[in-house]
Amino acid sequence: MALERNVLIMEVTSRYKVRAFGITKDIIGGKETVVEMEGSTVGELRRYLVSRYPSLTGLRSLFIAVNHTYAEDAQGLSEADEIALIPPVSGG
Amino acid sequence: MIKITEKAIDVQKVIDTACSLGAGAVNVFIGTVRNTAHAKNVLWLEYEAYESMAVAEIKKIVDEASHRWPLLGSGVSHRIGTLKPGEVSVVVAVSTPHRRDSFEACQFIIDNLKEKAPIWKKEVFEDGEEWISAQPVRAVEAQS
Repeated sequence: MALERNVLIMEVTSRYKVRAFGITKDIIGGKETVVEMEGSTVGELRRYLVSRYPSLTGLRSLFIAVNHTYAEDAQGLSEADEIALIPPVSGG
Repeated sequence: MIKITEKAIDVQKVIDTACSLGAGAVNVFIGTVRNTAHAKNVLWLEYEAYESMAVAEIKKIVDEASHRWPLLGSGVSHRIGTLKPGEVSVVVAVSTPHRRDSFEACQFIIDNLKEKAPIWKKEVFEDGEEWISAQPVRAVEAQS
């Protein structure tokens, strides 16, 4: 019984590809990074990235886009999603 | 027409896309590269876009504008890559039956584009370079 419970609460590690643009490209050191983490929401990914790249906290804002749309922290992720870091935009 | 392009923008072409026989007004915004920032000379700007998302975001903005104003036609073209002072970075053109709507719709589109479209620019000076608005300290400097 106890063993079964342990199995049930084991987190599954997911693998996400994250694209970077603008200053986030400089911070993560490339156009893309692969994240392997236990967690499946935008918020969890954000926390993971900030702990791995503390310089991200120095940005004026940091959004995460999922499949070409700005995503909320509560949104769920799947490994096939196109995920991107969106630092403060400055087009025009 | 919504376009992200590495080539020089043909302003007339964007205007032509927006024109309509039912329109009494065509309003055009042309954004150009300024030669100074933070009291320093800008050598050039490097523009970068998350192209597929930028097109999707700009489309949402134009759709929203067409709900608010009677747009008869529109065109948005944004350049990326290396741009020197004086070059055209963005063109927004809209047509409407009357002029007031055309001014308001055009301003709405460019204001929202600057706020939401995933496009970035880096200023390159003689003594360094910097992503615009990325860091709080710089944002304060830019406003002063």
